[in-house]
Amino acid sequence: MPRPGAGLPPPRLSVRDAAAEAVAGIVQRPGRSGLTMLGTVLGVGAFVAVLGLTATGAGQISRQFSVLEDTTVTVADNGPANDVAPPGTYPTPGFAADADAIADHIHGVVAAGVWWPVALPQGTNFSASEALSGVTSQTVNLLAASPGAVKAMVLTMVAGARLSAYENDTAQHVAMLNTTTAATLGISAARLPSHPAVFVDGIAYTVVGIYSSAQRVVSGDSGMLIPEKTALAEYGNPEPGIGSYEEAQMVIATKTGAAEEVAREIAAAELPTDPKRLVVTPPQNPLKLQGEVNGDLAGLFLILALISLLIGAVGIGNTTLVAVLERTGEIGVRRSVGARPRHIAAQFLAESTALGTLGGLIGTCIGVAIVVIFAATKNWTAVLNPAYTLPAPLIGTVVGLLAGAYPALRAARTSPLEALRYA
Amino acid sequence: MTAPVIELRGLARTYPGPPAVHALRLADLVIELNDYVAVTGPSGSGKSTLLHLLGLLDSPTAGSYLLDGLDTSKLPDRDRSALRGRRIGIVFQAFHLLSYRTALENVLVAELYNQTSRGTRLRAAIDALIAVGLGQRLDALPTTLSGGECQRVAIARALVNRPSLLLCDEPTGNLDSRNAASLMALLDQLNSGGLTIVIITHDPAVAAHAGRTVAISDGILSERTGAPHA
Repeated sequence: MPRPGAGLPPPRLSVRDAAAEAVAGIVQRPGRSGLTMLGTVLGVGAFVAVLGLTATGAGQISRQFSVLEDTTVTVADNGPANDVAPPGTYPTPGFAADADAIADHIHGVVAAGVWWPVALPQGTNFSASEALSGVTSQTVNLLAASPGAVKAMVLTMVAGARLSAYENDTAQHVAMLNTTTAATLGISAARLPSHPAVFVDGIAYTVVGIYSSAQRVVSGDSGMLIPEKTALAEYGNPEPGIGSYEEAQMVIATKTGAAEEVAREIAAAELPTDPKRLVVTPPQNPLKLQGEVNGDLAGLFLILALISLLIGAVGIGNTTLVAVLERTGEIGVRRSVGARPRHIAAQFLAESTALGTLGGLIGTCIGVAIVVIFAATKNWTAVLNPAYTLPAPLIGTVVGLLAGAYPALRAARTSPLEALRYA
Repeated sequence: MTAPVIELRGLARTYPGPPAVHALRLADLVIELNDYVAVTGPSGSGKSTLLHLLGLLDSPTAGSYLLDGLDTSKLPDRDRSALRGRRIGIVFQAFHLLSYRTALENVLVAELYNQTSRGTRLRAAIDALIAVGLGQRLDALPTTLSGGECQRVAIARALVNRPSLLLCDEPTGNLDSRNAASLMALLDQLNSGGLTIVIITHDPAVAAHAGRTVAISDGILSERTGAPHA
């Protein structure tokens, strides 16, 4: 008697045939295939888009840090250890008369100067001359500023000129107004050539310039700048002490990368006899801060993207399982013509994997498009890390493979007789 | 001496209950090469159980089934699958065609697992469809074919691997009389060409085409002699 099975090669399904069957299964039911893919498309698309947008946003944050936060040092006057001022007055500021020039000698300083909000009695009136508008306001912030401070503030001028060193040295009664104050008092840019004046409780200040914004030093919505020495002459020394509203401060604009070095040197340079009186605030370590921001955002969004992928995987798994149940008859037919359980499993696994790969490809394209379009509308530079963008379609492949595993196993376990009953 | 195509020795199939159903009881049957056998009986008599056992879609609970001399009851699934693919062709009453595949692709499915080249498979599938009279409908979907044409596609699928045994389960059950007559003529022609055919039917007119008729009742086989061959 011949050996069982002798003369018959075992049934085989080549990789090429399995792939062809998978493609046929996908192409010939486009509606179902599209819906099955949708989960992976959304998951991978969200993955790529979220990480791309995070990287793009972080890049933008880094740029902001580098142009402003990274180049600003502030120094506050904490006042002398022993109060040497006569009762009822404030001590001389901790900054020397030539504080601006001293700071300018430190390598890396672009501009530096002293400023403080001038303490005025409650109800001080700011008014324009009768000839102009006669309007009176009590809500203007009066700031004293040295020429170096004005330069370090980086004012955006609307009209006129900045306070000059000469005006400061000679304690001229001149002022700069921000656009809000100018509008409140009825002083327009067109009137500057006629040297309009603002009266602060009767003391006249000639307006020499109007500015719209300052990159450094926030002075509130309504501001008026007068020379430092004019303020000292008219209103006395500023109140010392960290945290007091009127404390004198030095604002320093530095070159990129020089802020930390400037922060180390400035106190001793400005007040060598008592450097500890000056409290220096260097910028936050930009790399550390940027890393923290990036890390937090990336971690959060990565979790969201993984959840999207999980939803996609469940979608593929569920739809493949339904497909297995619907195609039980087909499984029976294939078994009746010689297919082995592993061939059935391979076919369904190939289909789900192909769907996952296709979904991953489409999702990656959509994700990249979202990042690029978003960056273009914001005029930002799109940042896409190749480390996760290029392999993203493979994520779809893995999702399809894993999601199809159980349905494929279930299909393989279906007995041909049972399967044919459903055909 | 050539072994019989089919040799059943005390073959039995009992479905576990409760209550247990003895669908086939100690069946002995020998079918030689080129035999044309009709298995007849009323519904529930065990006809389909016998066909499933002969087609290796099910396993017996007792006895042995020798196909071309091989004891199939001792074969692993790999060899049973190989026999289903190469030695046995099965035609079902409901055709069991893949609705989203063309006639040609439905036939090609049967060749997918037999390790031949794609060109060889394509040629064989086209030849099989031409042989059943569907050479002009290769690209037609089953939904656009008549019942008779669907059954011919199913026969082409069953024959494409050149089996030694063709099993037909109520092949005319879903056909009108004209298509049924045409199909039986095709089966007669195939038998004349040397193919061994076993038809499961409850229709005496269909059974009349076979050279032998085996009756089955309550799972017990009994052969009638002298049945006419139409």
